[in-house]
Amino acid sequence: MFDVRRIKIEMALLLNILLQDFVQLPLIEFNDKLRLASSWFGMCGISAQLSPMPDSSGIQLLQADTFDLHSFHTLTGTTFMLLAEPQTPDAAELLRTTVYELYCDYVLKNPFHEMDQVIKSELFDQNLVALLQATNRRWGVGVPQQ
Amino acid sequence: MPCFTFYIFNRKGACQYYHEWQRLKPVRSGAGSQEEDFKLMFGLFWSMRALSSALDPKNPAKQQMGAPQRIGDGCSFNSFRTSAYKLHFLESPSGLKFVLTTDPSVGSLAEALQYIYASLFVELVAKNPLYTPGEPFLFEPFSAALNKYMRTLGLLS
Repeated sequence: MFDVRRIKIEMALLLNILLQDFVQLPLIEFNDKLRLASSWFGMCGISAQLSPMPDSSGIQLLQADTFDLHSFHTLTGTTFMLLAEPQTPDAAELLRTTVYELYCDYVLKNPFHEMDQVIKSELFDQNLVALLQATNRRWGVGVPQQ
Repeated sequence: MPCFTFYIFNRKGACQYYHEWQRLKPVRSGAGSQEEDFKLMFGLFWSMRALSSALDPKNPAKQQMGAPQRIGDGCSFNSFRTSAYKLHFLESPSGLKFVLTTDPSVGSLAEALQYIYASLFVELVAKNPLYTPGEPFLFEPFSAALNKYMRTLGLLS
């Protein structure tokens, strides 16, 4: 099982960046993010329990009318979540490789980072924003002004 | 690409129809009993729908999570995927919920579920004089047509 506290942090973090820095989207308040993240945790557990096949993981991808929600559980229990346009290719791959690498490099190797606390790392923010902007550009989405 | 199970729920959350083609993990080691399985399944996609309409990034006037919703309001979800299965979901305007679980490699089945609702359920169940709306049913023509349609989709051998 994974650590609930960590899920909240990652979700809050990724939503923050996506919602504020990339496209102008209606904001979700911080408390709402925490509530959404904890209900996501519960739904992952129930969906694994209800699986018709043995050895199911939690939810990896949720496809809704207006967005795709990709979720990646690492082996150590952290969960990364990404909201994207429906049918965005490579989004799961992006989370699994590049975003995870950035997290390892700029957050876990930071001697001042405390585990399970909110991530406050300028380098991580900068690199994540740059990475997601580059991805958006590759798929032809307009680059928002800083 | 096999399909596993199929559920129809009425607007109040009771299961009207259930069929399983293949279920390698028995209900007993999942939810416990069949009734419990239906309840958990309804709770799962009900909260999934609440989550997706609360998270909808394109609707500025959305409600908070947990606020009561009318049928068809807000952003709904089409499917979700885990490593072992994929669940497809369709809600009809009258509040019936169709749920189909398949192999995770299957693509979008939104149109297939729409067909099951419009051409199989409406024709063979809703127009059947023995059918009471909202009550569980077991009609042989519907089950046969469903199996046949699954076979044409290539989900059933």
